[in-house]
Amino acid sequence: MSLLDSSLWDVIVASFSPEIWKDLLGPIGETLYMTSISSLITLVLGLIIGILLTISNPDGLVPLKVSYTVSGWVINALRSLPQMIMIILMIPVARLIFGKSYGTNACIIAIAASCIPMYARIVESSLLEIEKGKIEAAKAIGSTNISIIFRILLPETLPSLIRGFTVSVITVLSMTALAGMFGAGGIGDIAVRYGYQRFQHDRLFACVYILIILVQLIQGIGNLVSKQILKTRNLV
Amino acid sequence: MSTYLKITDLHKTFYPHGQPLKVLDGINLEVEKGEIFGIIGFSGAGKSTLARCINRLETSDSGSIELGGTDILKLSKKELLKERHRIGMIFQNFNLFDSMTVYQNIAYPLEVSGFPKSKIKERVQETAELVGLTEKLKAHPGALSGGQKQRVGIARAIVTNPDFIISDEATSALDPQTTMQILDLLKEINAKSGITILMITHELDAIRYICNRMAVLEEGKITESGLVRDIFENPNSKTGELFARVFKLLQNVELTHGSGI
Ligand SMILES: Nc1ncnc2c1ncn2[C@@H]1O[C@H](COP(=O)(O)OP(=O)(O)OP(=O)(O)O)[C@@H](O)[C@H]1O
Ligand SMILES: [Mg+2]
Repeated sequence: MSLLDSSLWDVIVASFSPEIWKDLLGPIGETLYMTSISSLITLVLGLIIGILLTISNPDGLVPLKVSYTVSGWVINALRSLPQMIMIILMIPVARLIFGKSYGTNACIIAIAASCIPMYARIVESSLLEIEKGKIEAAKAIGSTNISIIFRILLPETLPSLIRGFTVSVITVLSMTALAGMFGAGGIGDIAVRYGYQRFQHDRLFACVYILIILVQLIQGIGNLVSKQILKTRNLV
Repeated sequence: MSTYLKITDLHKTFYPHGQPLKVLDGINLEVEKGEIFGIIGFSGAGKSTLARCINRLETSDSGSIELGGTDILKLSKKELLKERHRIGMIFQNFNLFDSMTVYQNIAYPLEVSGFPKSKIKERVQETAELVGLTEKLKAHPGALSGGQKQRVGIARAIVTNPDFIISDEATSALDPQTTMQILDLLKEINAKSGITILMITHELDAIRYICNRMAVLEEGKITESGLVRDIFENPNSKTGELFARVFKLLQNVELTHGSGI
């Protein structure tokens, strides 16, 4: 049903019809798959890079001025690429790895490439938030740098890291929708194919509902978990 | 009595905004084994910098620091970590780890110093008992009062059985009554274990209450040192004089109000 020949109300009513939602089950699965795999990759690599950035900072545990500056440039360069350009850029890379240039897995690479630098920066700013005194105390106790990172730095900033990760997952989700345009499947694919190319606005609306619900859900879970941790620590 | 800490001609210059700032300007200091030695000075005198040079949280430019016969400034990184297990440090802001329970905060130094795992629990409980925290072991620092937090700080500093404690303004964030309790605790620990304590503070009362000897730090120099009593009665430095005068003034105020300590 299209807004071109039907009223807004009719399109809204049609957007809740079972047949539309039946067709959406597969794409929802694809979107969830892309989002979770990309988020996982983003989490792991973003954390590692964020930690390295933080400790190589001139005021960090292991100051490495050159490496800090260079990695800063690389991250900024990657972050300055719009998501769509990143997807286009990553198509040949995906072809090298998977042997075909599009599809769900190919887009995961593009999404990760775009979101890892972002999450790395978020991790860095979360880790820099730690009170300097705690690091001092850990040093005075005679902790190795490894202990400081894994037993003090990460646990102390966990609530902030979780909030940052929530933001990243939502960015990943929105990027999966964009990746739909490039053959990645998922909700974005449905929105483009039916909503844009065939003017089936009822299907487009259904996609919008799903995205809204997913974002609310992700944000809600993120808030809940980080708040719960703060509560356990009696910090709220 | 033998000398436990011996600092000789210690220098440290910072370069904030490129301009040199002499913070420690030839410090000479001797602290006897088993005593509680006070260092007093105004804000910015270099007290914290001096404290931080002792366990090398801060690098020194020149001079020497001998602690229990160890030349601190000559230690390798690895040796330094080991040495730090033998130096406890207490902070004004407590610097407890919020992600850990009180138990975990106290156990942490044992874990990183390679204390036998099977004995950690016993040692933590023993230490918690000494500082009066047995009831709070499962709590997180966020749920504690300032005084209780500092007790955790002290427990964390002494749990590895160090020979030396650096206390940098340990009571400055506490109310007078809690300050007394914490000072009593430090006194008790000192009496029990013979641990040497370097008490850095700008609170005269604190020094008078638990120190036998003290030094006055003024613009990066030790301007006088000796028995607390002598310095209070017959100060020989600007800072010492000022502190002594303020102290006498306060005493008079207390007398006229009829409420001495
Ligand atoms: N890392 C640093 N870089 C530059 N300047 C510093 C640094 N640390 C301390 N200073 C300066 O050195 C001087 C002495 O500082 P320090 O913290 O040792 O004083 P303090 O006697 O402990 O004072 P307070 O009683 O306020 O704690 C101050 O002027 C301070 O601004
Ligand atoms: Mg200070």
